[in-house]
Amino acid sequence: MMDRDHQSAIGKRQSPIKVGLFVTCLVDQLWSSIGTSTVEVLRRAGCEVEFDERQTCCGQPAFNTGYRREARQVAERFIELCEGSDAEFIVSPSGSCTAMVHHYESLFPDDGAWRARAHAVAGRTFELSSFLVRELQLTDVGARFTGKVTWHDACHGLRELGVRNEPRTLIQHVRDTEFVELENSDACCGFGGTFSVKYPEISAAILEQKIEAIERAGVDAVVSGDASCLMQIGGRLSRIGSKARVMHLAELLASQ
Amino acid sequence: MDHLTSETFDANARAALNDAQLRGALKNATSLFGKRRLAAAHSVSNWEDLRSEARRIKDETLLHLDKYLEQFTVNAEEAGAQIHWARDAAEANAIVKEIAQHKQARLVVKSKSMTTEEIHLNSALEAVGVEALETDLGEYIIQLAGETPSHIIAPAIHKTRFQIADLFVEKLGIEPTDDVVMLTATARRVLRQKFAAADIGISGVNFGVAEAGTILILENEGNIRLTTSLPKVHIAVMGIEKVIPRFADLEVFLKLLPRSGTGQHLTSYQSLITGTKRAADGEGPDELHIILLDNGRSKMLAHPTTRQSLACIRCGACLNACPVYQQIGGHAYGSVYPGPIGAVITPQLIGLKKASQLPYASSLCGACREVCPVKIDIPELLLHLRAEITEGSEVRDERSEPVKRKTGERLAFKMWAAVMTRPRLYEFSARVGHLLQGFIKRGNRIGKVGGLIGRLAPPLAAWTGTRDLRPIEAKSFRQQWRSAERS
Repeated sequence: MMDRDHQSAIGKRQSPIKVGLFVTCLVDQLWSSIGTSTVEVLRRAGCEVEFDERQTCCGQPAFNTGYRREARQVAERFIELCEGSDAEFIVSPSGSCTAMVHHYESLFPDDGAWRARAHAVAGRTFELSSFLVRELQLTDVGARFTGKVTWHDACHGLRELGVRNEPRTLIQHVRDTEFVELENSDACCGFGGTFSVKYPEISAAILEQKIEAIERAGVDAVVSGDASCLMQIGGRLSRIGSKARVMHLAELLASQ
Repeated sequence: MDHLTSETFDANARAALNDAQLRGALKNATSLFGKRRLAAAHSVSNWEDLRSEARRIKDETLLHLDKYLEQFTVNAEEAGAQIHWARDAAEANAIVKEIAQHKQARLVVKSKSMTTEEIHLNSALEAVGVEALETDLGEYIIQLAGETPSHIIAPAIHKTRFQIADLFVEKLGIEPTDDVVMLTATARRVLRQKFAAADIGISGVNFGVAEAGTILILENEGNIRLTTSLPKVHIAVMGIEKVIPRFADLEVFLKLLPRSGTGQHLTSYQSLITGTKRAADGEGPDELHIILLDNGRSKMLAHPTTRQSLACIRCGACLNACPVYQQIGGHAYGSVYPGPIGAVITPQLIGLKKASQLPYASSLCGACREVCPVKIDIPELLLHLRAEITEGSEVRDERSEPVKRKTGERLAFKMWAAVMTRPRLYEFSARVGHLLQGFIKRGNRIGKVGGLIGRLAPPLAAWTGTRDLRPIEAKSFRQQWRSAERS
């Protein structure tokens, strides 16, 4: 969990809060509706959303595979971009990408200056549900979705950022939605980045446990905060022709 | 019997996934252990404080390991124990063989000790004509089967009771039964006879208390009591990381270890052994030999990141919590130490080259870190090892043989970095990808990709074997943002 160096005083504000959107490469190219939904929800929450087109990726794929030099190059660019933005908050619809930004310090073991810069940027970077509930103290974003849904706790969001109650609170406030807890909601979906293609059979075996729980829950949608998990789960639900679909939290919250 | 090695992890895992009996046994055992651990953790109000305190003690000890080992040695010797220092497995086995020869030993009884499995003690003894009999029920079972342990605390976790029954019928000639009580009674009968006849008892050590020279061994079956008190000679093999400073420190570990391992509040027996018997005519062994084993541990100690590997108290909780272990079991890792902690210490014990697959066999979910009683950050260690494998080891020694350079992957990530640091090139590449995917897209999905394309792009084939893939969209988020900005 991240220490924050500043306390938010959002309730007392007069002007809209400036938020820099970190949309993530996966959402940008493969799942744009998560991006547009995130913008919609942030605007409804009273934020002014900026999007710096020079952003690309958080660097996880390289970092997680052991290529720290390459991850560092990407991290440095990200840090520079954030420093050039006067947005108070950088918000991302991804727990794993946010967690990666929070890990940037470990990429600069021999450079105190970069480490301090990484620390400062991490302090401004938030996952979406965490930002809404903890920073804006907002639990109802005026959403409506008719259907039965469940929540999958994405590992990085859960275990690195402590995101557990926030999404559930937000979902409880979505009108016409029936929410059920998923069995072993905090069990890994088996994605793990390059793990999913280095060890596809193990990845599939882990995924099967999640799929079986989803089928047993009989839901219309599985909701989560990470596009990577949704790709993994959705990819299998699609392959087996399941009636359940996957949905990002932002998409659910943007529904009207 | 040929045992699986870490080098063939990939194939081992696939074979395990096709073993329905194994997967069933694993599912039952790991979920039971997991539930019990959770209940046991909730049975104390200060579980998190206990974890922090245990880690603090371990960190303090590891920072001054030499001092505490010396203190342990002095105190244990004062109480009558003989301390031996073994640099590696070969030295440790040589010490045991020498003692056995000196005592003209024919039969050794052993209690469950992963450290003795690590050094392959049984085969070293057998090579010089000494029978080494396992007395822990799980270890006895796998010894009968000619197998290696597949779990740190439950060595035969991969076997169903039907498989065990068949084994006993085959090896011990009993009447066919799958009654657990009957099977256990059979083992007890066989083992009881051997305890009395054994020349030497060999055990491991859970904790060695520096200020007292005392060793603590935990168990549920009573076989450790018999192993360490009936034979005239007791040899205890102790990894150097097992030492802790004070007697009082045992309290926090006694609260954490049984709960984390099996969900018990305390094991049935805790044996505290301090040197040899005080009166010459008293009961118990005449000699106590404690072998302090390094075998790669001091190398782990050297680096501040890997040092926490040595905090492990061998509870097995990480195995039970691991989604990978739950699916493939312990044998696939090809190591005495499987699962998350195994993926971390095996490469450090047998070398990165031989065990280079293990640090990658993880989704980095962090469930292990969550259940570790001493808060070892296993994902951090796995990432550290992955970086060592791709970029070369910082601690150079004979174990850090260069890993086969994955040229293709290396090049791919260099290109990845070149693209990701150039936003326009990133966007261009994505648009090219969007164009090319036309070859494999069907409708709004990418289904199974095989054939030539699958061979040219193995990750694509690997993914689509069991999962559909979302295609790159016609209009990316940033394109839509730009359009919206213009209007």
